[in-house]
Amino acid sequence: MCLGIPGQISAITDTTRHLAKVNVGGVLREVNIACIAEDGADPQALIGAWVLVHVGFAMSRIDEDEAKRTLQILDELGELQAEHQAMQTSGARA
Amino acid sequence: MKFVDEFRDSEKAQVLRQAIHQVARELEPRLARPWQIMEFCGGHTHTIFRYGIEQMLPDCIEMVHGPGCPVCVLPMGRVDDCVTIAENPAVIFTTFGDAMRVPGSQKSLLQARAEGADIRMVYSPMDALSLAKKHPEREVVFFALGFETTMPSTALTVLQAEREGIKNFSLFCNHISTAPTIQAVLDEPDLMLDGFLAPGHVAMVIGLEPFQFIARDYRKPLTITGFEPLDILQALWMLLQQLAENRCSVENQYTRVVQAQGNAAALKAIHQVFETRDFFELRGLGSIDHSGVGMRPEYAAFDAEQKFKVKNLTITDPQDCQCGAVIKGLIKPWECQIFGKRCTPENPMGALMVSSEGACAAYYNHGYGRDAA
Amino acid sequence: MSNVNKLAGKTITLAHGAGGKAMRELIDEVFVKGFANPELASLEDQARFDLTELVAQGNRLALTTDSYVVDPLFFPGGDIGKLAVTGTVNDLAMSGAVPLYLTCGMILEEGFAIDELIKIVTSMKVTADEAGVKIVTGDTKVVHKGAADKCFINTAGVGVIPAHIQMAATQAQVGDKIIVNGFIGDHGAAIVDARGELALESSILSDCQPLHDLVQTMLKVCPTIHCLRDATRGGVATVLNEFAQSSQVGIKLQQSVIPIRDEVRGMCEILGLDPLYLANEGKLVAVVPPEAAEAVLAAMRLHPAGVNSVMIGEVQAIPKGRVLLNTGFGGERLLDKLVGEQLPRIC
Repeated sequence: MCLGIPGQISAITDTTRHLAKVNVGGVLREVNIACIAEDGADPQALIGAWVLVHVGFAMSRIDEDEAKRTLQILDELGELQAEHQAMQTSGARA
Repeated sequence: MKFVDEFRDSEKAQVLRQAIHQVARELEPRLARPWQIMEFCGGHTHTIFRYGIEQMLPDCIEMVHGPGCPVCVLPMGRVDDCVTIAENPAVIFTTFGDAMRVPGSQKSLLQARAEGADIRMVYSPMDALSLAKKHPEREVVFFALGFETTMPSTALTVLQAEREGIKNFSLFCNHISTAPTIQAVLDEPDLMLDGFLAPGHVAMVIGLEPFQFIARDYRKPLTITGFEPLDILQALWMLLQQLAENRCSVENQYTRVVQAQGNAAALKAIHQVFETRDFFELRGLGSIDHSGVGMRPEYAAFDAEQKFKVKNLTITDPQDCQCGAVIKGLIKPWECQIFGKRCTPENPMGALMVSSEGACAAYYNHGYGRDAA
Repeated sequence: MSNVNKLAGKTITLAHGAGGKAMRELIDEVFVKGFANPELASLEDQARFDLTELVAQGNRLALTTDSYVVDPLFFPGGDIGKLAVTGTVNDLAMSGAVPLYLTCGMILEEGFAIDELIKIVTSMKVTADEAGVKIVTGDTKVVHKGAADKCFINTAGVGVIPAHIQMAATQAQVGDKIIVNGFIGDHGAAIVDARGELALESSILSDCQPLHDLVQTMLKVCPTIHCLRDATRGGVATVLNEFAQSSQVGIKLQQSVIPIRDEVRGMCEILGLDPLYLANEGKLVAVVPPEAAEAVLAAMRLHPAGVNSVMIGEVQAIPKGRVLLNTGFGGERLLDKLVGEQLPRIC
């Protein structure tokens, strides 16, 4: 359910109707940005932002720092596993 | 592709696999049966099959593929209503692609189109509104379906139609709500589920609060989960840790997209246009209280149900279908008596064979249980 | 065409199919001038060939037919005319045949612009010249408005198969390598885009191209290629399922090496489609004996139609009749045949 895909806003096409062009892997599609536009803020500031697109609507901004944090947790987990394994191997030799 | 490729990385997948197996070793001796984890959402089911995730899991962990596929749980009577509306010569009927194959009691939308109904596939409800502007002499009906993820898009489209004074556009509203549907599963007396991977894109709209009752009242832990394969593995790892440590809470794996409070603008649009129905029928699960939303009386002018005096027929599933038992994890898809025999993707009898995201279709298409069937 | 056509600016009427003066004028002005070859210009009811010339080239005749109804008629990277030639040339080429002659049957809708028809015929001629085939006989019918969609084309083709070539879908053997000649899904994605219904913008071009010369290059390196098919409707996944079933072998693919353009991937992600099932019009899938695979691949990469050729998998004993995809993520999945048409998956 609920297919959503990350894309990057490349232009604001209609300020009053909250429309913007979003780029997904080089394919462009006009999407509605009413759900991510902040009241009173200049929509031009959204250019370059990464958003999650569902049925032609940008439903959420993607938080780059959180994405990095998620991946970092996995990197750390990997290092931990490697250390653990190294310890086990050296333990076995001793 | 950014935010996609990183989350399909095979090295990180191996790390998570190892971590999952490690927790599973702790969990295994505690239960005589496998631990059952339900992924509620059809999108998760799709990812699990597409990346072969089940083969990466230890034997003591079993995935149960839940009812969160709005195309699958669409009752036959509603499809019949769609066909009736679509066959009205004044109507251009617009729909998402995957809803076109769902069988009604007589025919699907694909068959109705072949017989001459003007049915058009669109990517977005906005495209249906554009069609209405282009064809002022026709009534353009959009087949609105989906959980809370999709509700804001149809609500905002209705609000846009109202602002622009467009009179020939309406929604045939079949939206359903996540929490009552999960609750219907949880209320099953024979339930064996131990935890949930909860739908990240629903949570992106409604936030974490509506999921709290699952942990609080039913004592089942859950993880709000993203849709890439690493998301699923990580969420599963988080969930198994909760189980191992006897914790029970709502945790959020999909932090890059989901905020605790959800999306205020989206929720505002939903509440402005829609209201909860007393009950709504879900295919395979039956009638569930408060599980659907309809349009508020203020938006009656955009409500196809009112404009076309829809009959709202109830048509029961074929008797042999055991979709309900599959959805609740009581039996495996291939244990259903008609799986792969009278019920196949070419000729689906039950809800779960209908969409490629339905549990039975996913199993069938990926070859599982087919030799046995 | 060099000189201004008498019928420029006019539209097709029922008279153009009625057998009289108007039809004769259409045939002369559009088809005979357009296709420009002596066999057609003689305007007999059938094309005639010298058998001894054919027999000198091989020991079997390959004959195929295909109808072209693509919508829209003109799309990025091609048009229905180019497609009607490449499609039939490729069907011949996949047997190892050298394509020689094509027929051209046209069904035109009343009201169709003759300028567009001229463009289509010109495109057919250019493509036929490129592919070294002649369009030698044809037929035109005109139907009432609404009874057809603008222009449908049927082309049949004849070619000669050299005696030593024995390719068939039943010939795949355990250990064989699977090769594809470049990026997959371009045509299907270009058509989705060109139809405009889903309001997507991209610069994806159809891969529509004749493959007979590439095939001859491959056969020179390895005359014992086991199976060869062009991956049109149903895409690469469908062709591989046909091979697996016909040969009763298993086929294992590596997802990570299958060449897919970013834009095609983007479109598939947006719409929830699988590029392995998207149509191609200039891609072939070859099953090659392992000892010749590297040499065939190297030769393909030197050919303009095979620059991006890649080995994407191999034939194994089990599971018989099935295609498995290593997802590159640690798991594998069955790649089944397509049920019905691939519909965008949105919710």
